[in-house]
Amino acid sequence: MLSLARLRFPAPVISLLIVGLWALGGCPLRAQESGQMAAQIKALEARLRMLEAEVQALKGAPAAPPVAPAPAPAPPPAAPAVPQVAPPPGAGAALVGPLPVYGGAAAMSKVLNPDISAIGDFLGSAGRNSVRPVPALEMHESEVGFQAIIDPYARGDFFITFGEQGVGLEEGYITFTALPAGLVAKAGKFRSAFGKVNALHNHVLPWTDRPMVTDNLGGGEDGINDAGASLTRAFAGPRNLFLEATGQVFRGDSEGLFKSSRKSDLAVVGHLRAYKDLSESTNLDVGGSYARGHNELGSSFLTNLYGIDATLRWKPLRRAIYHSFTARSEFVWSNREEAVGAQHAFGFYTSGEYRLNRRWTLGGRYDRTGRADNAAFTDSGASALLTYWPSEFSQIRWQYRFARYAEKTDANELRLQFLFSLGAHGAHPF
Amino acid sequence: MLAKSFWICLSLLFIAAMASEPARAAGKLNVVASTTDMAALAQEVGGDRVSVQSVARGYQDPHYVEAKPSFLLLLRRADLLLLVGLELEIAWLPPLITQSGNPKIQVGAPGYFDASRFAQILEIPTTVVTRAMGDVHPLGNPHYWLEPENGRRIARGIAGKLAEMRPQDAAYFQQRYQAFDQKLTQAEQAWDSQMQPFRGRKVVTYHNSWPNFAQRFGLNVVGYIEPRPGIPPSPAHTVELIGLMKHEGVKVILVEPYFDLRTPNSIAAATGAKVLVMTPSVGGEKQITDYFKLFDYDIKLVTDAFKQ
Repeated sequence: MLSLARLRFPAPVISLLIVGLWALGGCPLRAQESGQMAAQIKALEARLRMLEAEVQALKGAPAAPPVAPAPAPAPPPAAPAVPQVAPPPGAGAALVGPLPVYGGAAAMSKVLNPDISAIGDFLGSAGRNSVRPVPALEMHESEVGFQAIIDPYARGDFFITFGEQGVGLEEGYITFTALPAGLVAKAGKFRSAFGKVNALHNHVLPWTDRPMVTDNLGGGEDGINDAGASLTRAFAGPRNLFLEATGQVFRGDSEGLFKSSRKSDLAVVGHLRAYKDLSESTNLDVGGSYARGHNELGSSFLTNLYGIDATLRWKPLRRAIYHSFTARSEFVWSNREEAVGAQHAFGFYTSGEYRLNRRWTLGGRYDRTGRADNAAFTDSGASALLTYWPSEFSQIRWQYRFARYAEKTDANELRLQFLFSLGAHGAHPF
Repeated sequence: MLAKSFWICLSLLFIAAMASEPARAAGKLNVVASTTDMAALAQEVGGDRVSVQSVARGYQDPHYVEAKPSFLLLLRRADLLLLVGLELEIAWLPPLITQSGNPKIQVGAPGYFDASRFAQILEIPTTVVTRAMGDVHPLGNPHYWLEPENGRRIARGIAGKLAEMRPQDAAYFQQRYQAFDQKLTQAEQAWDSQMQPFRGRKVVTYHNSWPNFAQRFGLNVVGYIEPRPGIPPSPAHTVELIGLMKHEGVKVILVEPYFDLRTPNSIAAATGAKVLVMTPSVGGEKQITDYFKLFDYDIKLVTDAFKQ
């Protein structure tokens, strides 16, 4: 056993040795240590917050309020960063303090629940339509959405429709948000990016129905809605032009349009979009689309769709909630191969809506289209629309619809729609 | 055969995507803020080492910004995204973030900065929250940048975040923060002394955007022109408000620049009050070019009205 005393090293030398060893050995570890300390402090902070929340719960909130699940962009309200102060003088109700967590620490996992929203669509219809009859009163479609971030690389969105005919998956897909080179990919079942209205859900349309060209050439109300994968990329074009290219591959089953008789009967959709801000308030959105799939006649019969869409928007920034105008139009060419030759049909719609004030919007639409299986038959129609918003979460819409079908019959209908949404605040459609 | 040509097209798209990605130089940090106020604070702290842009304009209602595709390109190039949070941008920012194709600014990523975590938030509800209360913010009032102390807190947070992203410039950002802190302290003294004679004065505002400002500078907000947040003024509520204003002796109405002035003007005519277009954001008027000028402008507007 060596005794330091016997070695008789002078104290200063020992101190220098100790300092030297510490300086040499400690330095590279210093950064690690401070990193470890920072991590420890963070862990302690988190524990402190959990304990604070438990204490709150044990104290018992007076009227156990439900914890509002945090929506995706905002961090969970586990604990505010800074303690609160007394309410401002003379303000209404004293609303201070963090949201109490009911159930203690285990309930914290509720903050990771998806954003749940439900949208109801109630339709009433008066008038006669012998070609495409609709019920007098109908709870047309209720759409429930579950949306959440899955992990740092992806988010998931599910939209399930509950209708009088049963339950269906409108859309359910994973979006990969962290891919390189600015790519955005998604996989699942979703509405394809053909044209403009195909990708829109019923409740964000400016009408109570879909345009006639969608019914005749575009697969009906569901449109091109299929299981597949999609890849999108945005490009900066010359002179502030925004370009976006989308390529999608589907299984090939879209009710009313495509049918896959063999595994290799895939459908593909491509869309190129060009967008330009004409001014701060006005912008123009133009696109070209292509869709190709096999139709119900068999594997050797293709249906090709070509589309052009254009949307002009005006919304003055200072009075955005009071006035706006949107004009949109889509042109679709359908080439449907049949046993004897092919049917070349064409259809289009033109629509405009003008916001009169915060609550009222006036609109109109003109339709004209051939039929996919018989290009000689032409249907046309016109609609006048009036929409009222009691708030941004509910909407009442009146649509007068006139249609002249190829069977030489006319239809006159007045439709009334109630749209209402609950739950998580959805994104405003653009 | 169809599939093959499609895959070729898709590969070409991918190659074009990789090729057109510009080479990243270690130049200025690209900061994109959801509102002009966050952008102003970032500019104060970042100086010439950052290039700051804002998605929303100062005279726009930040609840109702259009999610234009051109913003996608802006977000794609961003290294850091600053947002106000508390569901202020919930109606338009999340889809922009998802479709931006920028992994750095996704929720929870290093480049995602929610300023509300640094600020003192008022009006966090403790009772059951439903939409019967209007378009209520269930996490607290998001207009928190209108309190200079919160500006300080957020700036400190931004300085820390910038230092984390550019450690070699950490000293520069810290020094800029210190300078901002000192300038703000001096300015606060001036603002407090200007508002001191009018502490406790009663006002009516259009939307509930001013709790932090009112608390700091001693204004007493007795009512709102909106019956509930997000609900336009109704005749019944307006009559009630006029009665309240007459009873309480309220002579000043504050209206944000994105609301219609007809109802405020008619209320002013009925009560003898004055309508002031008070801007809650930097850039609301052309001369409001930074955080300090925002308070200078608003305080001057309010004190001039009170002096009459």
